[in-house]
Amino acid sequence: MAAMTMFGASIKRREDPRLITGEATFLEDIRLPGMLHAAILRSAHAHARIKAIRTSRAARAQGVVGVFTGRDFADLNPLPCAWQAGGVKNNVNTPRVLEIDRVTFTGAGIAVVVAEDPYAAEDALALIEVDYEPLPVVVDPEEAIRPGAPQLHENAPNNICMDWSCGDREATEQALRAADVVIRQRLINQRLIPTPIEARGAVAQYFPATGEYTVWMTSQCPHIMRLLMSAFVFGIPETKMRVISPQIGGAFGSKIYLYPEYCLVAALAKKVGRPVKWLETRKENYVATTHGRDHITDLEVGARADGTVVALKVKTLANLGGILSTIAPGIPTTLYGRMLSGAYRIPHISCNVVGVYTNTGMVDAYRGAGRPEATYVVERAMDLVAHKTGLDPAEVRRRNFIPPEAFPYDPVGILAGLKYDSGDYDKTLRRALQMAGYEAFRREQAQARQQGRYLGLGLSTYVEICGVAPSAWIGLPGQGWGAGLWESANVRVHLTGKVVVTTGSQSHGQGHETTLAQLVADELGVPVDDVIVQHSDTLGTPFGYGTYGSRSAAVGGVAVHMSLQKIKDKARRLAAHLLEAAVDDVVFEGGRAYVRGAPDRAKTIQELALAASVGYNLPAVMEPFFDETSYYDPPNCTFPFGAHVCIVEVDPDTGRVKILRYIAVDDVGRVINPLIVDGQVQGGIAQGVAQALWEGAVYDRNGQLLTATMMDYAVPKAGFFPRFELDRTVTPSPTNPLGVKGAGETGTIASTAAVVNAVMDALAPLGVTHLDMPLTPRRIWQAIHGRKEAAR
Amino acid sequence: MIPAAFDYAAPKTLDEALRLLRRHRDARLLAGGQSLLSVMKLRAATPKMVVDLGRIRGLAYIKETAGTLLIGAMTTHEQIASSALVWKRARALAEAAEQIGDIQVRNRGTIGGSLAHADPAADYPAAFLALEGVAVVKGPGRQRTIPADGFFTGLFATALKPGEILTEVRIPLKPAIIGSAYRKMKHPASGFAIVGAAAVLRAGSKGQGSQVRLAFTGAAAHAFRAKAVEAALAGQAITEAAVKAAMERATEGVEMLEDLAADAAYRAHLVRVYGARALLAAGAG
Repeated sequence: MAAMTMFGASIKRREDPRLITGEATFLEDIRLPGMLHAAILRSAHAHARIKAIRTSRAARAQGVVGVFTGRDFADLNPLPCAWQAGGVKNNVNTPRVLEIDRVTFTGAGIAVVVAEDPYAAEDALALIEVDYEPLPVVVDPEEAIRPGAPQLHENAPNNICMDWSCGDREATEQALRAADVVIRQRLINQRLIPTPIEARGAVAQYFPATGEYTVWMTSQCPHIMRLLMSAFVFGIPETKMRVISPQIGGAFGSKIYLYPEYCLVAALAKKVGRPVKWLETRKENYVATTHGRDHITDLEVGARADGTVVALKVKTLANLGGILSTIAPGIPTTLYGRMLSGAYRIPHISCNVVGVYTNTGMVDAYRGAGRPEATYVVERAMDLVAHKTGLDPAEVRRRNFIPPEAFPYDPVGILAGLKYDSGDYDKTLRRALQMAGYEAFRREQAQARQQGRYLGLGLSTYVEICGVAPSAWIGLPGQGWGAGLWESANVRVHLTGKVVVTTGSQSHGQGHETTLAQLVADELGVPVDDVIVQHSDTLGTPFGYGTYGSRSAAVGGVAVHMSLQKIKDKARRLAAHLLEAAVDDVVFEGGRAYVRGAPDRAKTIQELALAASVGYNLPAVMEPFFDETSYYDPPNCTFPFGAHVCIVEVDPDTGRVKILRYIAVDDVGRVINPLIVDGQVQGGIAQGVAQALWEGAVYDRNGQLLTATMMDYAVPKAGFFPRFELDRTVTPSPTNPLGVKGAGETGTIASTAAVVNAVMDALAPLGVTHLDMPLTPRRIWQAIHGRKEAAR
Repeated sequence: MIPAAFDYAAPKTLDEALRLLRRHRDARLLAGGQSLLSVMKLRAATPKMVVDLGRIRGLAYIKETAGTLLIGAMTTHEQIASSALVWKRARALAEAAEQIGDIQVRNRGTIGGSLAHADPAADYPAAFLALEGVAVVKGPGRQRTIPADGFFTGLFATALKPGEILTEVRIPLKPAIIGSAYRKMKHPASGFAIVGAAAVLRAGSKGQGSQVRLAFTGAAAHAFRAKAVEAALAGQAITEAAVKAAMERATEGVEMLEDLAADAAYRAHLVRVYGARALLAAGAG
């Protein structure tokens, strides 16, 4: 019997054979007859007026079909900002398809060459002459908001995009004044570059006879791309555009957004009358694709002498770059400020976030999106409290945890009406400490210190918000999201009994073709191999919002589940008709419908699908075919949590950090496929650890990106890590009928703080209490060295 | 990531390659391509002609003859890193090869290509210097040798003359190498050395202690030998105290590189730390 066996089964990913054997079609693989290639000239200056662009030499070059500048696309609207900070005025400035007279970051597109091959296009870029009038540059958000700083946008005085707050500032300040201890710490959450292995790209074809466009693009949400491009940028009916995401080679959030280049390629296809392809180089990916994080935070945390936190006050400058990406203002507000209670019962919280324009690349969601930043603040705060009060960091966390009986928990209103759905935080912490051998480690650490060795253990007991939805909550006017955030799924059972699932979710590494098929297999009692999952093409899939915010199981998966219930119900009614029984007496179980108590005379789902498809003998009111669509808009988000433990050794001679062990106990609710979730968690941990130790985008004072190649920007490699020790607890989410939460981002959200806490724990005997990331050997050595110098 | 146009030739013999170099003054030699192709894709190098040495037979070998280790210029890093002979005779070179890039790079990249490219942060140069290697070079109508000491002349610059091809690397095995080691702090992005140190101890002549060679890469515009340290430790027992004291002079007269990974002060410190580690490892046999 197949029923309830696939949910929770670690089956191998069905998409992998084609990926491993090179059969998958990525954007680069798309070749259309007559296809041309575009290369984009990008601003060499971080802040400049463009006085003139001369393209005639480039236009005459061999193989060049056309050279265009922003003026050629002046009829297209600037790109929309689809998620503004909720409840406050946002001074919005968004990119144009190509910038016309001013650029605000190095790498902004200002001209494009279309040529017969990519080489000719690239060669011709060097022949375009640009007269820039360089303007003063500001790359530091603290400098950008000072009087007299260079002004990037007329509508954004002092370079402020928005000034947003949540919580009760006055009460929080009062509580801080009454606290036994108050710790103030400035925390820098540095800028990261997402670096998917596949960079961005687009191919577009225009059909003059119908006025229709087909655009292939590297996107996590093709339906939203079509909506934004057609209705907002091009001003054409949505029905005139088809968007397809081919196989996507990773995204980590960076492929959620509508980028100027996607629109440009579509517009070019119409202009030159031939299909056009554009593929980003790695260097372009570094300068012109969105970055993540980039916060400067002033933290104040107040606690009683017993470690109970009484107040948390946070002021954050969020660097949004030179111009806004699609959902930039929403990330450091709704997904950051509203999660600053962490896993703790903190009676007073206040948060102010100022979004700032600087002459740097665009910043938007990157894996975790706001929650890693919030977790970093809260988990560093817990360790700082432990340090100040002389208490054990695990004990401080325990004393502050929201207890299991307090759920659903309202974090003093800062979640704007939502409540944490469920949790048992101490359970994951207990398990993680047990796996780590906590007491034994503390003894080992003390002994090691005697020998001049610096071991450290760091905790991160995080909670996050994912399955991001309720439309009524996140949408305008509450949280500023300019649309709904439900998800869709259609399930059809064909005549042969094979099942086709189409969904508005878009898999770009998550394994939907496997996990959604597992849901179908259980509910309909069919083999997984009888199910195909189709997505990523606006033609033939229902409108959906796409994949990000760890929402595809908790929102999209539930939509599939709902459609399956409808099909089961119809199958039951059809079986009752065929078995000449009352509907209420028929049960559907394990792929078979039968009269209760008489399982031998059953109709299989395949027989029922055949009957429904041919339609020879249906109940009077029944339409043929099993074909059900559902739209699921959850009542709440989901709130995964867990405890991560990192154990490090710091080499005091070099400042080098070695990760000795990494333990993660996560609670992501019920797990459809443990193998896939383990993979997600491991990848997430690697990226989070990388922020703590290696990654960091660096601009010089002129706004040039110094870390613009993979030789300079340190993405993590497998060899950097020990084997991760993973475990899970299961607290089913009460929010949705599957009890699932989301697992795509937990690793990234939790791990950064665990590593930094571990390194600070190691350095504690040297008197170092905080260092900003990345914790490079140089930075650590300088801190140790500085202390030693001072001590002399 | 899209190179400029270039011509490509794949000669079958060294003589043919030398003729091509004579004919095309700005030609670049392609060995394993692990450095050249990257800079060409970034258009940091735009040679009009690329001469591929990959089709010339007999340039990849590792052998020992008459007290000398001979390594063909087209021998890959992986071949060196997995050669029992190199591990036995010139461990520092094997340790350097083993720590280059990743397995893909090691399978393609060659010792000749790396030395001729003279990246200031490449791993081999330190080992080449400390092992007192010799580069065998073929030019138009003649062959000559360049000792390691005079091989590196600047940032990405060597004593190789236009029209010459590095064909062999020789490591003298006499006086006997007692111990050698290469220690490195890897850049987390590039895998190149932030600082790499190679130490070699050779048997001294009768009645004398050992001879010490110590060289660094990644720290300055080109790899260099710390001759003051070598002199201080000559004939001395390689103890932690002796090494530490000697290392104070490791950066004498050398201007340290500065970049995001390390400023001059930290780099000088790393030179002392990794130099000591390499010496002590070499001393341990």
